[in-house]
Amino acid sequence: MRSMAIPVHYSLRNLWVRRVTTVLTASGMALVVFVFATALMLDAGLKRTLVSTGEPDNVIVSRKGSTTEVQSAVERSQAGLVAVLPEVAVIGEPLVSREVVMLISLPKRSAGKVSNVLIRGMEQAGLRLRRSVELSEGRFFRPGSNEIVIGRAVQAQFSGVGVGEMLTFGGRQWHVVGVMNGHRSGFDSEIWGDVDSLMQAFRRNSYSSVVLRLTDPQLFSGLASRLDADPRITLSAKRETDYYAEQSAGLSRFIQILGLTLAGIFSVGAIIGATITMQAAVASRTAEIGTLRALGFQRTAILTAFLAESVGLALIGGLLGLLLASAMQWIEFSTTNFQSFSELAFGFELSWGIALGSLLFAACMGVAGGMLPAIRAARIGIVEALRCG
Amino acid sequence: MLVLNLLFRNLWRNKGRSLLTLLGLVVAILAFGLLSTVVGAWYAGAEGASNARLITRNAISLVFPLPLSHADRIRQVDGVSEISWANWFGGIYKEPRNFFPQFAIKAESYLALYPEYLLSDGERQAFLKDRRGAVIGRKIAQTHGLEVGDMMTLKGTVYPGNWEFQVRGIYDGRQSSTDTAQMFFHWEYLNEEAKRRALPRATNTTGVFIVQIGEPARAAEISLAIDALFRNSAYETLSETEKAFQLGFVAMTEAIVFAIQVVSYVVILIILAVMANTMAMTSRERTSEYATLKALGFSPRFVAGLITGESLLLAVIGGVTGALLTFPAAAAFVGSIGTLFPVFEVSRDTTLAQIGLAVLVGLIAAAVPAVRSARIRIVEGLRAV
Repeated sequence: MRSMAIPVHYSLRNLWVRRVTTVLTASGMALVVFVFATALMLDAGLKRTLVSTGEPDNVIVSRKGSTTEVQSAVERSQAGLVAVLPEVAVIGEPLVSREVVMLISLPKRSAGKVSNVLIRGMEQAGLRLRRSVELSEGRFFRPGSNEIVIGRAVQAQFSGVGVGEMLTFGGRQWHVVGVMNGHRSGFDSEIWGDVDSLMQAFRRNSYSSVVLRLTDPQLFSGLASRLDADPRITLSAKRETDYYAEQSAGLSRFIQILGLTLAGIFSVGAIIGATITMQAAVASRTAEIGTLRALGFQRTAILTAFLAESVGLALIGGLLGLLLASAMQWIEFSTTNFQSFSELAFGFELSWGIALGSLLFAACMGVAGGMLPAIRAARIGIVEALRCG
Repeated sequence: MLVLNLLFRNLWRNKGRSLLTLLGLVVAILAFGLLSTVVGAWYAGAEGASNARLITRNAISLVFPLPLSHADRIRQVDGVSEISWANWFGGIYKEPRNFFPQFAIKAESYLALYPEYLLSDGERQAFLKDRRGAVIGRKIAQTHGLEVGDMMTLKGTVYPGNWEFQVRGIYDGRQSSTDTAQMFFHWEYLNEEAKRRALPRATNTTGVFIVQIGEPARAAEISLAIDALFRNSAYETLSETEKAFQLGFVAMTEAIVFAIQVVSYVVILIILAVMANTMAMTSRERTSEYATLKALGFSPRFVAGLITGESLLLAVIGGVTGALLTFPAAAAFVGSIGTLFPVFEVSRDTTLAQIGLAVLVGLIAAAVPAVRSARIRIVEGLRAV
């Protein structure tokens, strides 16, 4: 006799019959998938934010051995040498900006807690080097002035930084003249001003870094090795994209480890929930299973039907969890980045890969949870099963 | 005794289900304990901090230095009994993942200010005499197999170049909550070497001053007095108690702490759902049995107690097992994560919370089935087969 499969809608309708239990068990799984997906989304959002901050044809030159711009110090003479390198693109003016990067403490909007914000002093060319940044309000700072422009996320998270307001630091008053939108890049979490004014206020004699645009991205390795070889220069060059990717490494690893460990632990709970539910389903339908077997369905067909039911249960949970997680895209997360020691805002980013991965994860939980009960169902003998009805 | 026996036998009747529920409970309680411990470790720095010490730093932010000349003026403020200073070094030992904080300190006064760092007199003297000497915490010594007399090379990130130190002492913590994953060396060495190497860093400066005050109650007043000294100067200061200073660090990452706390209660909710489901199924299956008990003359309260007892028994076994397993799990966790958390200890509060929550889960899970079984009428109960 050719073995026949039990139609899938038999499994699905069984789930519908036990609506309440299905919803309870599925919501447990939904929570697990939610945690799983949001951790991945947060990590993806962080990476996107920091990767989209850098541009492939921009180069950051900073002191050898420093891992962030804040730690770096570039003497004026050396910065001058970098600024006249032949690889620097010239569009009207040389596209190179000597910059100073510092941290300032500002009060956050929530409960007046204080956090560090990255403040960047730049030359006017610096504005042209960041193609992704545009003004959403007011105007950019004028050269040599005490004017500053605030990133969109800084304005959202911190108090006292609206256009027209004043900040006091370094013994001076700083006028907020504009708000910039970095389109979810790290620049949203920065404050920009004129490099000379800021260096005077901070009493610094050295720059933090030199940012330049290459005439051709291919020229990078030549430039990097030339800087290494020059004994007068104690600086090293990095592609901007690489530099910002490194900035995300520590926090990214932390989010991944924490999120996946949690999802792993929770999944044990959810799998157990599924097993208990499916066990009960098998136990209460013993007579039904006997009937199916008597009708000629093979043990494998029974096994498949119950597994399908469990996977269906898990997928309902998975979809529910994904739905919840996708709502998180509207929320902006803001915390201190370990690497740069400054506040960084980033979002939750849902991709097709994460969505598929989460559903796959849910399906695996369904298989793991449903396997034992399904095997038990398949083992039931026809005669005993029918007798207990 | 007979009742307890009955409870155990009832639990044992559906071995598979009971064991699964128990496993779920253990995992959830364990996860809750680990998460609470992680949150506790976050606050450990603030926990060990003192209210009798003030930290004075540059008002703009921590990355800006303060001139050493501030020290003499701070010392004259009424209520200040001792002052020392420390500078963040930010070096890498072998590779970045070996992170631990290093401070260049004004050695003699600093060690006097921190009596919780226990150092033998011999080691203290050896450290004070050696310009290139360093003192490391027990945890660093254990992690990297370092002993007194060993050489350590740090690669500077803030101060470029390689920096050599000789370990002159290993300190222990007075309490288990004392941070023993720090390294200290002489501020004078850093300062002179920075001058000699002509590093583009301001010399004769420090990151923070540590100010000992006689009466912790006057902390706010003394902080204001110190900051007033330097108002409108080139280097304005911000003073706060060491505890507030440390809590400031926690606040920077509070979004993460908050997420962990939310998640740890979600764990409890999930297990509550699983446990409630189990108890509901159990009591549904035994409806006729409960009716029989009632027919024999047992009170509805006895029947309700039976269900609650069974649920509680399961919850307590799971809770205690989970709480006990938290200790080895925490040890394994800290082993894999290194010195990221200087103090990682399962607190007594955590253990109590774990058992308390398990009991609560047991009670809530039993509530609906218990009430329903107590109310059921004997005839209907017996009819349900």
